Amino acid sequence: MSRENVLVTPDWAEQNLDTDGVVFVEVDEDTTAYDAGHIPGAVKINWKTELQDPVIRDFVDKGAFEKLLSDKGISNDDTVVLYGGNNNWFAAYAYWYFKLYGHDNVKLLDGGRKKWELDGRPLNTDEVKRPATSYTAKHDQDTSIRAFRQEVVDAIGNKNLVDVRSPDEFAGKILAPAHLPQEVAQRPGHIPTAINVPWSKAANDDGTFKSDDELRALYEGAGLDNGKPTIAYCRIGERSSHTWFVLHELLGQPDVKNYDGSWTEYGSLVGAPIELGSKG
Amino acid sequence: MCGAPEQTQVLPPGTDLSKQTVLTGTVRAEGEPLGGAYVRLLDGTGEFTAEVVSSASGQFRFFAAPGTWTVRALHRSGVGEATVTADAPGLYTVTVTVS
Repeated sequence: MSRENVLVTPDWAEQNLDTDGVVFVEVDEDTTAYDAGHIPGAVKINWKTELQDPVIRDFVDKGAFEKLLSDKGISNDDTVVLYGGNNNWFAAYAYWYFKLYGHDNVKLLDGGRKKWELDGRPLNTDEVKRPATSYTAKHDQDTSIRAFRQEVVDAIGNKNLVDVRSPDEFAGKILAPAHLPQEVAQRPGHIPTAINVPWSKAANDDGTFKSDDELRALYEGAGLDNGKPTIAYCRIGERSSHTWFVLHELLGQPDVKNYDGSWTEYGSLVGAPIELGSKG
Repeated sequence: MCGAPEQTQVLPPGTDLSKQTVLTGTVRAEGEPLGGAYVRLLDGTGEFTAEVVSSASGQFRFFAAPGTWTVRALHRSGVGEATVTADAPGLYTVTVTVS
């Protein structure tokens, strides 16, 4: 795996806005940013209302994913370039999601919306309508990149567990990123034996990813054992998608899973072991 | 959810300031409120904690914990930062000037 296969630069993106077979997709939790100005030609996906099942806490199934991409005008052969706010958290989540259903030709825009804006690149409010397609997912969910709760409990002491939340969330001092209210039901803390490598350490201030050498040094320095499988988690699963992208797609580690549900699920499991405090 | 909620000075209903530590404020450039700035909250060790985009009227808001925090704003027109010390739960206001 190399960087060019999974990541595009803003320069490349700007040069390919009108290229046939390249579809730009902005992914956010709410689409007000998109509505106020998006990359010309980009369609939007609302992570919450379009990628999540409306009733059960899970993803939409294969059929609903196919319908969504068909409605958005995305075909199986298209190169999908994902970008979004929050330092590409939700775009990385969507990237992982596209991979779950076997869409291989998907890339992230390095730096996402932030770098694009800071560079002063074009945004517009034109309505984007692409002709519908009939998209077919390659396979059902690929669970080789998705961890479930029992697997996470079993990983304690056996696999690398990477907690990508902020140090205060890891230590149990706060329960959510600090732009959100803190009143939630989960117990605070982290999964025993997890290392804490905040997702933000993998990114520069402008939202672009650090170099492969810097990234390798970061995880090795934090004690990640390259000989073992890895599970990344955060509070919900989108920041850990960012880290999943770094470990699996940029650094090419073979066995890396993202734990969707993350602390919102784990911190509510009755009897599951929890550790408090920061690592020495 | 982790998406950034709308940034206003009005706190969400039910916010209990005897328990929550809320940092709020305005980004300014040349004396005027600056919208669309990326506002980052760093903890006492300089570690990233959260990031929001300032509203059209330059406002931002964080739910933190007692401690010393740095608020740093990044915008096409420049950068700026300010420090705020929260001794206890409550509402703290800070202005960040970008130049």
